[in-house]
Amino acid sequence: MARNANPTVSRALRRHENVSGYLFMLPSLIFFVGFVIIPMVICIFTSFTDSMMNNTNPVHFVGLGNFKKLFQDQKFLEALRNTFVIVLVSVPVTCAFSLWVASSIYKMGNVLLSAFRCIFYLPVVTGSVAVTVVWKWMFNNYYGVFNYVLGSEGLGLIEKNINWLGDSRFALGCIILILLTTSVGQPIVLYVSALGNVDQTLVEAAKVDGATNFQVFWRVKWPQMLPTTLYILVITTINSFQCFALIQLLTSGGSGTNTVMYYIYYTAFKLTSTPGHFGYANAMGVILAIFIGALSALQFWAAKEK
Amino acid sequence: MNKIGSTRSKVYRAVCMVIIILLALLFLFPLYWIVIGAFKTQQDNYSITPVWWPSEWSTANWEKLFSRRSAPLFDLIVPFSRNFTQDGKDLVLASGPVVPGAIRWLVNTVFMAVMAMILTCITASLAGYALAKKRFVGRGILFSLIVCAMALPKQVILIPLLREMNALGLIDNIWAVIFPTVGWPFGVFLMKQFSESIPGEVLESARIDGASELRTFTTVVCPIIKPAFGALAIFTFINSWNDYFMQLVMLSSNFNYTLPLGIATMQGENSVDTGLLMAGAALAALPIIIVFLIFQKYFTKGITMGAVKG
Repeated sequence: MARNANPTVSRALRRHENVSGYLFMLPSLIFFVGFVIIPMVICIFTSFTDSMMNNTNPVHFVGLGNFKKLFQDQKFLEALRNTFVIVLVSVPVTCAFSLWVASSIYKMGNVLLSAFRCIFYLPVVTGSVAVTVVWKWMFNNYYGVFNYVLGSEGLGLIEKNINWLGDSRFALGCIILILLTTSVGQPIVLYVSALGNVDQTLVEAAKVDGATNFQVFWRVKWPQMLPTTLYILVITTINSFQCFALIQLLTSGGSGTNTVMYYIYYTAFKLTSTPGHFGYANAMGVILAIFIGALSALQFWAAKEK
Repeated sequence: MNKIGSTRSKVYRAVCMVIIILLALLFLFPLYWIVIGAFKTQQDNYSITPVWWPSEWSTANWEKLFSRRSAPLFDLIVPFSRNFTQDGKDLVLASGPVVPGAIRWLVNTVFMAVMAMILTCITASLAGYALAKKRFVGRGILFSLIVCAMALPKQVILIPLLREMNALGLIDNIWAVIFPTVGWPFGVFLMKQFSESIPGEVLESARIDGASELRTFTTVVCPIIKPAFGALAIFTFINSWNDYFMQLVMLSSNFNYTLPLGIATMQGENSVDTGLLMAGAALAALPIIIVFLIFQKYFTKGITMGAVKG
């Protein structure tokens, strides 16, 4: 403001900036408001109603009724528990694993580095449906690769065939394993670039002072990679919370693998005791969003504290 | 002491290398299994002892995948038109020759991904430039809103979105998948981060030369942010191709399916025909993998750019 000594020029200029700014924003805003903000508002609104899929019934405002019902719904609580198991296992493992892979490959030559980066990214590109279809075959009870490799003709670790996806002891673990292969790609790319950007003079200085490799990593490199780690934590958390295709195509929420995301879909579109209960499903969506928001905020706060 | 340390670290590095190569093979295996499975005979696919390399190559699965001619190659549909026609059906301008369903799925998927890509690039670059370089009222709030929306799970808004599309008369139309993809604010965020690097003097001199705002954008800004276009384009293309949940919710007629949705439905219908499923999975995965390998460089850049100051 102090830069513009003449107030009339500054006002005209400001108006120009406003008009042109919003004109540039307009195409994007139409899509953003129309297909992100409005649905979000509808989602929050309908979560307080008994809105159904078919619009024939009048919609009643039920206050916190849906939320109360949710926390008495055994299936929902189980889904919530499973979702948290998936997040609590897959997020730290993804981060640690991708950091380890990245720190082992980032010093390699260009060709090798991009080859490895590609390979670990491939499951993401292949797409969840194609990946799921092939893993379902590999986990098959009778002619799957896993039972053969682990069985008597392979490593001999298991005595008889395991019904991996039908057994509630293993199903969730199998899903987490597949989820891991489809989520380490992006963190590895990010860590490789973060490790490449670490200030080399600091590393050299620490080495001259007699620091071990471990100390160099922990005291010099790690603090510089904290913003990347934070970003990875947030995106991995969001991804794990939203795990859907794996559940739907592998177990349809059976054998103890129901998750909130799948239960939302199930409540809204599948025949339950109350088919197409949008209000109830949206209430779950709101709870899921609150959990994700809270976890992201927590991660940001923890990173800032450090 | 020092010598022992260095041998030990050499051993450690060698062990790491071996483990990583093994892991890489493990990551490649599902893809290998899809491609091989698509070319194996039915008997080989159901063998209890896995057939690691096909005893005979068979194209039976592919023939089956492309056997039934069931849908026109394309339908030129006027979006929103069902709101204005008398029978409530979409206005079809032209239809292609009848082809196998899987080919139609491929056409649908490519159309969806390309349209989402083009629209996202246009809208996101304009908005990103404005957010980075224009000082308009409400800019800060708008940007915070965009960042917050990015952190929220995209999938929880799908049910209200379905209703909205129903009201707009877009349900079971490929545009119902394209529009929300374009609305997703990641692209704007990416372009804003990149547009920050445009030097103010360049814009200033363009203004002094009397260039209009739009002209400044197309002739001065666009060339500078060209690398970001590449990154955003490939990123949107791949994400839209693989956004299965959205496709599942929005599309309901078989001939409107995308490849991932088509394969998923095939699995539900006849989960026993593994060979056919693998051929379908290969058809869904290979084009996108090839695109990825060609534009890999841009893609890596897009991922890392999003994280800077994220």
